[in-house]
Amino acid sequence: MTGLSVEDLSVTYGGRRPVEAVRSVSLEVAAGETVALLGPSGCGKSSLLSAVVGIISPAGGRVLWEGADVTHTPVHKRGFGMVFQDGQLFPHRTVARNVGFGLEMAGLDRGARAERVAELLELVGLEGLGERPVTELSGGQRQRVALARSLAPRPRLLALDEPLSALDAELRGRLAVDVRDILTASGTTALVVTHDPAEAEVMASRVLRMRDGELVP
Amino acid sequence: MPVGRRLTRHLTWWGLAAVPLVFLGVFFVWPLLTVLIRGLWDGGFDWAGTWAVVVDSRTADALVTTALLASLGTAGSLALGIPGAYVLYRLRWRGQATVRGIAAVPFVLPTIVVATAFTALLGRSGPLAFLGWDQSVWAIALAMVFYNTAVVMRIVGGTWASLDPRTADAARTLGANRRQAWWHVTVPALMPAVASAASVVFLFCATSFGVVLVMGGTRINTIETEIWLQVNQYLDMRAAAVLSVIQLAFVVGILAVSAWARRRRERVLGTRTVDGTRPATVRDLRVMVPVLTVLGLLMAAPLFSLVERSLRIPGGHGIDHYVALFTDPPRSVLPVSVWQATMNSLVTAVIAAGIATALGLIVAALNAARGRRAATLDALVMMPLGVSSVVVGLGMLLTLNRSVVGFDLRGSWWLVAFAQAVVALPLVVRTLIPQARAIDPRMRSAASTLGARPWRVWASVDWPLLRRPFGLALGFAFAISLGEFGATSFLARPDRPTLPTAIFRLLGRPGLENMGMAFAAAVLLAFLTAGIMMTSERMRTTVGGDL
Repeated sequence: MTGLSVEDLSVTYGGRRPVEAVRSVSLEVAAGETVALLGPSGCGKSSLLSAVVGIISPAGGRVLWEGADVTHTPVHKRGFGMVFQDGQLFPHRTVARNVGFGLEMAGLDRGARAERVAELLELVGLEGLGERPVTELSGGQRQRVALARSLAPRPRLLALDEPLSALDAELRGRLAVDVRDILTASGTTALVVTHDPAEAEVMASRVLRMRDGELVP
Repeated sequence: MPVGRRLTRHLTWWGLAAVPLVFLGVFFVWPLLTVLIRGLWDGGFDWAGTWAVVVDSRTADALVTTALLASLGTAGSLALGIPGAYVLYRLRWRGQATVRGIAAVPFVLPTIVVATAFTALLGRSGPLAFLGWDQSVWAIALAMVFYNTAVVMRIVGGTWASLDPRTADAARTLGANRRQAWWHVTVPALMPAVASAASVVFLFCATSFGVVLVMGGTRINTIETEIWLQVNQYLDMRAAAVLSVIQLAFVVGILAVSAWARRRRERVLGTRTVDGTRPATVRDLRVMVPVLTVLGLLMAAPLFSLVERSLRIPGGHGIDHYVALFTDPPRSVLPVSVWQATMNSLVTAVIAAGIATALGLIVAALNAARGRRAATLDALVMMPLGVSSVVVGLGMLLTLNRSVVGFDLRGSWWLVAFAQAVVALPLVVRTLIPQARAIDPRMRSAASTLGARPWRVWASVDWPLLRRPFGLALGFAFAISLGEFGATSFLARPDRPTLPTAIFRLLGRPGLENMGMAFAAAVLLAFLTAGIMMTSERMRTTVGGDL
């Protein structure tokens, strides 16, 4: 069964001298599969990911989910979640209200929200920390909250943009295994961007390499 | 370190600190305490007398008007300043720096100029006279908005420009549409900055004396203008002192709210700052065009009508009013020519700026090394910022209108210069201290290890790096002193008016010529102040940036 298909996707940054960050990239991610995009910084992998999720609009090409064109679907209707490099937690909300944000947007009632939030906090190993302000968490805990938050509304696809690069080396190794297990346990289709080959190997079942805006065959 | 050497160092520190401390003690703390005591004491502890003023219906009216005007002014400044912050700080476009510079102009204009400009616009025979807003609450609130929109844009814009746009993106990926992301993510992140801008603007509006005094006529009185009336019309110093106590309590309340908002802002923002600006696109024109149009109209209309009416003469336009600035008007109007008043202003402002920057330099030198006593000194010299200049003026009138240790200050114009120095000092200190602290202490150590004595270290390391900020502070202090109206209106003698008090006198006299001269004099003051500000802005630099 096909999950995500990307066809000839290009991303260009405007300005006086436009930069072609992604040059007609095509790839596929099967449902339930985790694919890693590996490449040095500045190779365009984050731009590609942002275009897939819909945060930036591509200069050309198409993004399809199960054959349906979603290239022009607005971000919030696309059903693709994203874990940002530095978490991007909402500083004015507690852990539980961060994790519950997507459920609030989906219009779930309070009881159903609380249940799902508890479930996810358990999944990422942060049971009982729901009422903490996110500003009091360690780096590793923050990324766990970010992961739980993006999984909560059950996204069709989860995009992870360097989810572990803000952490120290030892923690990174441990958390990479955790992320893989969590993704497997929740059966999520995922596309993860990283510059660390070891991390890519651990987290993904398939690794694609990228250089200068293009996939390396 | 030997005991003797340590003692010398302490003595030197306190010897230097004594200069600003004594100055502030005599010209600020003593007058302030006198006002406080006079407010509660009249030959004995006099609650009844105090209470009589507090419950007087005039006092209640003034309090209500002060709160109403400040609320209207704040609401208007926020309504215009928040979209303005978005357009001028969050978005990026060509020519933006210039527009930002122009948008900051109202804030550096003296209050008397702003009040005169709005009188020119809305008053009798002004282009918008048909609105009937002359001497109305709306006109005053509009002048306050003119003044303070720049403040809102600066504070909110600074926060907005460093908000990470990806936090809103994160909300979008979680299913929030544009409006939801705005409400749930951007608004909460901006809120502390908005609250802190609101409290600062509220404070400015609640203490904007000149605008209310000129534009309010006899009908609209705030606490500050009421203080002025009690002194200058009813000669009731006691009532003025009680009102000053009320004003002080009011200001302390606002400052407490402001400090609370600032603490919250720091907590939410944390330490992370990113560049959150983005280039403007064609779609942004839908926001940019209306915002910039309204901002432009608000700024241009009063200033344009001020200039136009300064040139308006019977049967056409000409420079007659400007020529009249050099001639002696009838004694009943003004005892000296406006030109002479301008000279008075310049001399007073030079002295005031000299005192303020000299004191500021001492405070900055003592604050170069952080420490508790340095921080206390810093806090102390900032105090005049929290006290309305009207209260400073009244206090000096009550205390120093006599001979002090052999110096006869009675009615002396030196008092005006001292008051202006007190008012300008906080800004001077805020300009110099961050720069003095930015100097790497290791540079001083390096100089010391090369054999430089402490004052040589200062002369060869600190001074060369502080020279430009010093010029900036000197310019600021000069411009503030030149336009100072609150304290000056209490202290300037009628026969030795400054340019702002001369403008005030001219506005209050009947006759088209007097009006025209007031407008011409306001244009002159605006150009003087703006010119000084622009010249000194060129001194702005980051210390060590060119190393």
